[in-house]
Amino acid sequence: MANVKEMKSVLFGPIFANNPIALQILGICSALAVTSKMSNTLVMCIALTAVVACSNLFISIIRNHIPSSVRIIVQMTIIASLVIVVDQILKAYAYSISKELSVFVGLIITNCIVMGRAEAYAMKSTPFMSLLDGLGNGLGYSIVLLVVGFVRELFGSGSLFDVQILPLASQGGWYEPVGLLLMPPSAFFIIGGFIWVLRTFRTEQVEPKE
Amino acid sequence: MAKKNESLGKTVGVVLALCLVCSIVVSGAAIGLKPMQEKNAALDMQKNVLDAAGILKADTDVVETYQQRIDTMVVSLEDLTVQDDIDPTSFSNRKAAGDSERSKKLEKKNDPAGLGTRENLTQIYLVKDDSGETTGLVLHIRGQGLWGTMYGLLALEGDFDTVKGVNFYEHSETPGLGGEITNPAWVKTWQGKEVYGEDGNVQFEVVKGGAKGEHEVDALSGATLTSNGVEYLVQFWMGENGYGPLLKKLREGELNNG
Repeated sequence: MANVKEMKSVLFGPIFANNPIALQILGICSALAVTSKMSNTLVMCIALTAVVACSNLFISIIRNHIPSSVRIIVQMTIIASLVIVVDQILKAYAYSISKELSVFVGLIITNCIVMGRAEAYAMKSTPFMSLLDGLGNGLGYSIVLLVVGFVRELFGSGSLFDVQILPLASQGGWYEPVGLLLMPPSAFFIIGGFIWVLRTFRTEQVEPKE
Repeated sequence: MAKKNESLGKTVGVVLALCLVCSIVVSGAAIGLKPMQEKNAALDMQKNVLDAAGILKADTDVVETYQQRIDTMVVSLEDLTVQDDIDPTSFSNRKAAGDSERSKKLEKKNDPAGLGTRENLTQIYLVKDDSGETTGLVLHIRGQGLWGTMYGLLALEGDFDTVKGVNFYEHSETPGLGGEITNPAWVKTWQGKEVYGEDGNVQFEVVKGGAKGEHEVDALSGATLTSNGVEYLVQFWMGENGYGPLLKKLREGELNNG
C-alpha cells in the first residue's frame, strides 16, 4: 500500500507542481468557455472534479479486466456515462446554472484531462490512489478556472457570484466594465498570465531553450 | 492474466457487461431525475413570465405569486377562441410551431422575423391584480437575432398597447453586445412604450442614436443585427399575422370559448 507521502504528492502535486492546465496545457476549451461568471465556473469545477475522480476510480477497479484492444472505448463509455449522470443531476438541482453551462457539461467527455488521467494513471494504479489522482487533477483544473473566473467576473461585470462589488457606470456607479473580459479570448490572456506567474516562482517548469 | 484479457470472448464479454451497467446507470439517472427537471423547467418559465410582467422581486415566492396573479390559457390565433380542452401546463408553443399540422407556413414577405412557421394555437398569460381584475397580458415572442432564435416574453398593460416589460429568456447573441438584450437597464427603457399608433398600426421601432417619443426604444450599440431582429420580431408578433387580431379583440371585450 502506498505511503502517506506518495498519497500527498498524488493529491496535491497537480495543483501547482504538475498543473494539468498550466503545465500540460490540457482542458483549455472549457476554461475559455465557462469562466465568465464565478457561479458557473464553480459548478463546472465541481462537475469536472467529480467526473475525473469517479472515472479514475471505476477504470482503476476494472483495469485488470479491460482488454487493451478496446481500452479507449471502455474508458470513453465510463466517462460518457458519468458525464450524462452529472448533467442530469445539474438539470435537476441547479437548473439555471446548467442552462448557462449548456453544452459544456457534455463536453467534459472530450476533456483531455479526464481521458489523460484515465489512460496515464488509472490504468496502472490502485483504485484508492487513482481516486486521489483524479481529485488532485480536478483541483488543479479548478484552481486555474477559479482564478480566471475571478478576474473575468470582477473586472468584466464588476461582480462576484452575481453580487455587485464594483458599482457599474451604466447603473450610476463609477466602474466601466472591460467588455473584452466577457469574451472567451480574454481567458487565454489570463491563463497565459497565470502560467507566467507560476513559472516565475517554479523555475523548474520553464522549458529549456532549444 | 493479460493474455486472457485479449481473447475474443473476454473482450466481447467485458464490453457487453460494461454497456449494460452504464446504460442502467444512465437511464436510471434520467428517469429518476425527470420529474425534478420538468418541475424546474416549468418553474423557470413561471419565473420568466413574472419577470416580464414586472412582478418578480428578489424575495417573491414564484409558485404562489404565479398562482395568484397569472391566468394561463391556450388561445387560437386563427379564430381567436379560448381552447378550454387543452391543458396550458402541458402546451408548448415551440412544439406547436415545429409541427406542420398545428402551424401556419409564413410567406417570406410576411415573415420579417425569420420564423418560417407560426403556431395556430398559443399560450397566453393574463396578469390579474389582487382583486382579480385583468391588468395585463404576457405573450410569447421569438425571432431571428444575429446567431440564432431569440425567445422572449412581452408583457403589455391592461390597454393591450403599452409595454409593461420584456424578457428574452433564451438567446445566443454575442455576450456584451447583442447579449445586452437581457440587461435590466435596457429592458427598463421598454416600459411605457406604446406598440400601436393612432391609426392602429404597429409603430414600435428600435432606433439608433436616441429614442424619441412613445414608440421608440434605443438600439443596442455594436449589435445592429440583434437590434433589427428585436424590432422585426415585435413588429411581426404585434402585427396582423401575430397577436394583432387577438389584441384587438381583447381591447373590445372578453374572448369567447371555442
